[in-house]
Amino acid sequence: MSTVPGTTPRLAAPKPRGGISQSVADSLVIARRNLIRMSRIPEMVIFGLVQPIMFVVLFTYVFGGSIEVGSAISAAAYREFLMAGIFAQTVTFATAGAGAGIADDMHKGLIDRFRSLPMARGAVLTGRTLADLVQTALTLAVLAIVAVLLGWRVHENIGKVLLGFGLLLLLGYAFSWIGALIGLSVRTPEAATSGGLIWLFPLTFISNAFVDANKMPTVLRHIAEWNPFSATVQACRELFGNLPPGFEAPGAWPMQHPILASVLWSLLILVVFRTLAVRKYRSAG
Amino acid sequence: MPGAIHAEGLVKTFGDVRALDGVDLDVPEGTVLGLLGPNGAGKTTAVRVLTTLLKPDSGRAVVAGLDVLKHPNEVRRAIGLSGQFAAVDEYLTGRENLHMVGQLYQMTSKAARIRAGELLERFNLAEAADRPAKTYSGGMRRRLDLAAALVVSPPVMFMDEPTTGLDPRNRQQLWDVIQELVAGGTTLLLTTQYLEEADHLAHDICVVDHGRVIARGTSDQLKVRTGGERVEVVVHRPDEIVPARAVLAGFGKGEVAVETHTRRLTVPVTGGAKLLAEVIRELDARGVEIDDIGLRRPTLDDVFISLTGHTAELAGERAGGAAGEGDGTAGEPAGEEAAK
Repeated sequence: MSTVPGTTPRLAAPKPRGGISQSVADSLVIARRNLIRMSRIPEMVIFGLVQPIMFVVLFTYVFGGSIEVGSAISAAAYREFLMAGIFAQTVTFATAGAGAGIADDMHKGLIDRFRSLPMARGAVLTGRTLADLVQTALTLAVLAIVAVLLGWRVHENIGKVLLGFGLLLLLGYAFSWIGALIGLSVRTPEAATSGGLIWLFPLTFISNAFVDANKMPTVLRHIAEWNPFSATVQACRELFGNLPPGFEAPGAWPMQHPILASVLWSLLILVVFRTLAVRKYRSAG
Repeated sequence: MPGAIHAEGLVKTFGDVRALDGVDLDVPEGTVLGLLGPNGAGKTTAVRVLTTLLKPDSGRAVVAGLDVLKHPNEVRRAIGLSGQFAAVDEYLTGRENLHMVGQLYQMTSKAARIRAGELLERFNLAEAADRPAKTYSGGMRRRLDLAAALVVSPPVMFMDEPTTGLDPRNRQQLWDVIQELVAGGTTLLLTTQYLEEADHLAHDICVVDHGRVIARGTSDQLKVRTGGERVEVVVHRPDEIVPARAVLAGFGKGEVAVETHTRRLTVPVTGGAKLLAEVIRELDARGVEIDDIGLRRPTLDDVFISLTGHTAELAGERAGGAAGEGDGTAGEPAGEEAAK
């Protein structure tokens, strides 16, 4: 290490381990901090649950009897069809949480404090997204139980069902990095919340989440078929055995290979947005 | 030998605003440098560059013997930062906050826990240690923030407006802590808008305005530069003004100013307390009865006006009212500066 001649550096903090082990340790410290926070703001976790439950109830009972999926028009068939969409929408809404949390940390000067510490560079964001992943998993678990109580059933083995939930968590984790980037880019937590949400509506609605994309106008149908969100929804429907009778998967590649497409889309989003967010964090301010 | 904090030619621009316009600083080890200036002067930007948070457009800086641009992570091991806003997680308890910061300074969990306990005691927060920080008063949050900056007892500390928004009692408490730190050998760079604070705490003062250091020196040197001292006399009766004026004219280095209705006479002098004693003897010998007499030295406010043509407070208003807490600029890159 080159230093300035004539002076001896006086370093007070212990020498960092460096590398992966320090990144993991620092990320876990931050994740723990965010989980403690979440446990002290239970209303945020509860609101995160109320919304998808409301969606399930509204969609099932308001639209359920009039939306045709495959060859079926019935509330029961629609409920089975709908759940994968609601699950996927729920995990992507975690984006807003990550964004608001990080924007809040910026706003309160905590990001400056973290950046002045000899800690791993990506750890503040990784820790936050890991904590959000834990929250997403909890939300999914509760939502699944509510869905079962409302009459949702899976028709495949447990391995496939767990794989489906794994794909959902991966998608949610990838999206929380989009939230992290938004949080670092806006000026206030409020802006991060709305900025984290608005684009999710077209994304989730121009997809196969709530309706059969086959019945959309051509342009929208193409968008829906290539929408990263649709791949996960389609994969979950297959893995849960929730495809309605008479349903034919569209010919587009992601719809024909939804599991692989879901993994690839999620990894691509993860890598791109993690890179952008960490770069933004390093130069923040 | 360069000081514990040394900067040369720092320049940083945000759009059209030159937040730092060629700043040189040198803080010898174990001393306190006060960076004094109004809002928007560039104080915060200077701190952000020196604490590795911001890359300057040009110039170099060395902190604790390490180049800030070449070895940012090593610099971070040697510094503590207490920013303009109490940067604590309000949902975490005081103890959890300090434990977390200790771990992120790469202490073991156990060492961080022990250190957190010590600091909570020292900063008089032991009783509130296990309550979330959002239940703390402003002064307590400030103390917790300062404790977080001291977790590893860094040899070099940066404090950005540490007492902004604090009441006089909490300010005094914080001043005591800062003086204790410095007595222990810590080098400190402190920014402030309060002239009184720089006067009280800093060995050397740099007055900054529009991204430039416009004056530097000790508090006394700056005051002398601004026009030196003057003797001020208030006589008891109006008819004593004339003889008093004659006496003062004999000692003074300039014109005697007279305020008839307050019976106050002022004259610039050199010679300090010794001269004051002579003035008193001479007035007494002429039978002039004195209500009040004193040697007035210019305040840092006077310094500021003579250097910039405006007072620090006025400049703050001009900067767009970015003063005070909670104005929403904490996390912004150029928050303070861009407000112009």
